[in-house]
Amino acid sequence: MATEAVTDAHGGESALQFHPMDQFIVKPLFGDGAVHWYTITNATFWMALTVLAIVLLLVMGTSKRATIPSRTQSVAELAYGFVYKMIEDVTGKDGIKYFPYIMTLFMFIVFANFLGLLPLAFTTTSHIAVTAVLAFAVFFAVTILGFVKNGAHFLELFWVKSAPLALRPILAIIELISYFVRPVSHSVRLAGNMMAGHAVIKVFAGFAAIAAIAPLSVVAVTAMYGLEVLVAFIQAYVFTILTCVYLKDALHPAH
Amino acid sequence: MATETVGENAQGFADATGVAGDHGASGAGMPQLDFAHFPNQIFWLVVTLIVIYLVLSRVALPRIGAVLAQRAGTISNDIAAAEDLKRKASEAEDAYEKALADARVEAGRIAAEAKAEIQAELDAAIAKADEQIAAKSAESEKAIADIRAGAVESVRVVAKDAAAEIVTALGFSADQGTIDAAVDNRVKG
Repeated sequence: MATEAVTDAHGGESALQFHPMDQFIVKPLFGDGAVHWYTITNATFWMALTVLAIVLLLVMGTSKRATIPSRTQSVAELAYGFVYKMIEDVTGKDGIKYFPYIMTLFMFIVFANFLGLLPLAFTTTSHIAVTAVLAFAVFFAVTILGFVKNGAHFLELFWVKSAPLALRPILAIIELISYFVRPVSHSVRLAGNMMAGHAVIKVFAGFAAIAAIAPLSVVAVTAMYGLEVLVAFIQAYVFTILTCVYLKDALHPAH
Repeated sequence: MATETVGENAQGFADATGVAGDHGASGAGMPQLDFAHFPNQIFWLVVTLIVIYLVLSRVALPRIGAVLAQRAGTISNDIAAAEDLKRKASEAEDAYEKALADARVEAGRIAAEAKAEIQAELDAAIAKADEQIAAKSAESEKAIADIRAGAVESVRVVAKDAAAEIVTALGFSADQGTIDAAVDNRVKG
């Protein structure tokens, strides 16, 4: 729909038009007015769908509280165990009390990514505005937590005790820079992955308008879609596990 | 302020659609970098995250945690029960083995007792039979002795008679006393 091939009278390829980025435009869901902060947009709609999907899986799916779980309940328990074990392994036992927050992040990202793979969907996590809020929320939460829990000792994170004394100031600068780059890489990684894959699929789909290469284009779209399914999960996983790593640094700053 | 936002917004739309039409879409054409839409997305994202957090922390996670704990409890209880049953089974087996061994010992004892009893009865019967045999043979011996004594006397009488007859037949006469003495003498010798 967003992509269309306008062939001119000579059927020239040059008139082939791609709109691979149109799928990312935020627009009001009802009417055609301006987008205010409170306007219900397609972003609102797809975020609401993630909430709905999470409620369906984790609340409706487990409503029977069965000792022998149904299929849906198994998936819900799997998701619970997956994130729980991740925190336990990466952050340690004292990270468990932040489990609901990390689970919220993981469930939102994984469902936003997968819902974005539906045809004609709007991928909320492909927007830097969304991922930056997530990443900066993690960054500020972890930094404040680090100072609250460890006080000035939190700065030991930047003072590498295992390195020779002469190297430590240089390492401190590098550590400091890498620390402040974290939210940027954290957010751009997710948004970039989601955007790139979706845009590439759209470009391939645009080529399907030319009959000669349409089969190839369909194969390419299918292959890319398979890759994107993988990426959708892996990026959610990566975002969550990095959050756990940052949380570990905040709780145990010493190297 | 509001009108300004609207203006930027319209500009953003124009940028997005306009540049996306080109092949070389530059960064400015990315809808992601249209800052006019940021407040909207951020607002709804925060709402979404709060809703998800409330749903997870109030309902979903405690419930799933409880289900998992309950399952772990059930499983460990079942394993404990199974171990208990296994222990009982092995106890029962031991008891059975012991009963079997006792029964074997008892059977051996009863057999030995019966054997001894039978042996005693047999010995008594043999002794009684021996006694009877001894009595019978003594009786028989006495009878034989009587018969023998009777026979010797008869021989003697017959010999005396025969001797007297022979002496008479030979034409001699001899008195009975002499003949008796001679016969006795001979029979003795």
